[in-house]
Amino acid sequence: MTPWYQKTAWETRRAVVAGDITAAAVVESYLGRIREADGKVDAYTQVWQDSALAQAAEVDAAVQRGDDPGPLAGAPVSLKEVLCTQQGHTTCGSRILNGFRSPYDATAVQRLANAGAIFLGKVNMDEFAMGSSTENSSIKRTRNPWNLDCVPGGSSGGSAASVAADECAFSIGSDTGGSIRQPAALCGCVGVKPTYGRVSRYGLVAFASSLDQIGPLTKDVRDAAVVLNALCGQDPHDATSAPLPVPDFTKALTGDVRGLRLGLPREFFTEDLGPEMRQRVELAVDVLRAQGAEVVEVSLPHTGYGVAVYYIIATAEASANLARFDGVRYGYRYKDARNIREMYVRTKSEGFGQEVQRRILLGTYVLSSGYYDAYYLKAQKVRALIKRDFDQAFEHCDAIVGPTSPTPAFAFGAKSDPLEMYLSDIYTISANLAALPGVSVPCGVTEAGLPAGLQILGRPFEEETVLRIAHCYEQHRGFDMGKPALKSHARQ
Amino acid sequence: MSKITLQDVEYVAGLAQLELDQAAKERLVHEMDEILAYMDKLNALDTSWVEPMMHALDLTNVFRGDEVGDSLPREAALANAPLHDGEYFLVPKILETEEP
Repeated sequence: MTPWYQKTAWETRRAVVAGDITAAAVVESYLGRIREADGKVDAYTQVWQDSALAQAAEVDAAVQRGDDPGPLAGAPVSLKEVLCTQQGHTTCGSRILNGFRSPYDATAVQRLANAGAIFLGKVNMDEFAMGSSTENSSIKRTRNPWNLDCVPGGSSGGSAASVAADECAFSIGSDTGGSIRQPAALCGCVGVKPTYGRVSRYGLVAFASSLDQIGPLTKDVRDAAVVLNALCGQDPHDATSAPLPVPDFTKALTGDVRGLRLGLPREFFTEDLGPEMRQRVELAVDVLRAQGAEVVEVSLPHTGYGVAVYYIIATAEASANLARFDGVRYGYRYKDARNIREMYVRTKSEGFGQEVQRRILLGTYVLSSGYYDAYYLKAQKVRALIKRDFDQAFEHCDAIVGPTSPTPAFAFGAKSDPLEMYLSDIYTISANLAALPGVSVPCGVTEAGLPAGLQILGRPFEEETVLRIAHCYEQHRGFDMGKPALKSHARQ
Repeated sequence: MSKITLQDVEYVAGLAQLELDQAAKERLVHEMDEILAYMDKLNALDTSWVEPMMHALDLTNVFRGDEVGDSLPREAALANAPLHDGEYFLVPKILETEEP
C-alpha cells in the first residue's frame, strides 16, 4: 500500500474526513518520513512535531463531532522561512533574523490554519529569497532529491525539495522572479505563482514589493487548486491585494483544453534553451495539441531585456525594504558600537550575506543621484514594454506555454558568477514584471535523471486557465514522473 | 571601459551603511561592472514615448475607514528588541555632545 506520506493533500483530506485514517496517523507518517529522508535532503530548518500532533488531534476531534474540519483538513504543510509565524522562528535564511519570533501570523498562514492544514515546520531558502539555488541560505545546504549532488533550485528550494521527497503533502513558497516555479521545475513538482494581488502579502517578509507573491508547491495540479482556494482573496492588511471574487479553482480542472489557444513565444525557444529541455517541452505541447488545444506562435520581443529590468527593479526595491534591518527593533545587533552609525554599519555588514549585500549595493547604485533616470526609470519603462508584449500576445492566445528553466538542476557551485545565476531566471522573470499568473508542471526527466518543467502563463487573474491546461497535461502526459531516489549520482 | 571604480563602490556602500574589506571591494568592482554593463543593453531601446510602469496592478488610492483598530501590545512589539527598557527601544547615543 502507498504510504500516507506519498499521498496528495486532497487524497489525505478525503481519507481523514471519511474516517479511513486519522490526521494523527498522517502526521506520524510524515514525521517518520522526515526522520528517514531529511538527513539526506536537508530541507527542514525547524520541525514542529508536538504542535503538529496537537493540530492533528483537533482535526480528528472535529471529524469525530461531525464538524467540517476544512478543505485542507489533515494535510501537512511546510512553510518557507520567509513567512511570519508566531510559532518557531522566522529567519528568512539570514543571520540577521536568527532567532526572530514574529508577533503575528502571515495572512496566508492564518488561512491555511483555518482550512485545517497542519504545520510540520519551516523549510530552507536563499537568504531573503535572493537566489536561484538555495545556496545563499545562511542556515544549511538543501539538496535536490533527484540527485543529492545538485541544487534544488531557489529561492524556495526547501519547499520544492520537501514536496519532492514526500516530507510534506504540500509547501508554501514565495515567487519574486521565479522562486516558486523554478525550484518546482528542478525538483519535479507543481508550483504556482498567482497573479500579483491574488494572495495577501501581509506577513511575507518583503524582498521586492511590486513583484513578490505567495503560492503553493504541490504534488499535483488538483492540490495547487485546492491550496489556492484557501490562500487567495482580498485582505484589509494588504492594500495591494485585489478586491476581486475568488473562484473555486478546482472547477477549472475539466480535463478539456479544446478551443484553447496556446501561444509559443519564439523568444523562449532560442539557443539559451538546452536541447533536452526543448525536447521535453515540445513533447508536452504535442500532448496538449492532441487534446484539442490550438497551438500558435507568438512573439514577446522584449524577452531578452527581462533579466536586466528585473535586476534593476528588484534590487532597488530590496535596498529600500532591507534598510529596516538596522538592529533597533528586532534581529541581530552589533553589541559594542560606540555610536549609532557604527551600530547600523556593523549590524548590517555582519548580518547580511554576500549575495544580499551585493543586491543592496546594486539597488542603492541604481537609485542614487545621477543614475536614477539611467537605470531605475529606464527599467520601469522597459517593464511597461514587457507588459505590453504580453497584452498583445494574449490577443492571439489564451495562455503562453514554454520552458520554466533553461536547464535542469545544476551542481553545487556550478554558477559562481552572479550574472550567470541571474540568467537562470530568464523564462520566469517576465511573469513577475507583467504581474501574470504562472504554473510549472513536471514534463519529464532528462537522461541524467533530472526533472524538466513546463511553464504556463495566463492573463492577469486567469489562474483558472493555466490550472486547466496544466491539469489536462498532467492527466494525459502518458508517463509517471516516479519518485526521486534521494541518492547522489556519484554513488549510483 | 570600466563603469565602476573603487570609489564608486565605497560611495554606494556608505549610502547603504555597509562596511566592506579591501578584497570585497575589489570583487564588487568587477561584479557590479559586469552586471551594470549587462544592464546597459536597455539603452538600445528608444523609450522616450513610454510611460514608466510604477505599479503592478491598476489600483489607486486604496482607502479604509478612519477607525481605531487593535494594535500590537507593547510587550509583543518590544519582545524581539536587542535592547529595551520595557517602554522604549534603546540605542547607542545619536547626538555627539560637545567637549566642555
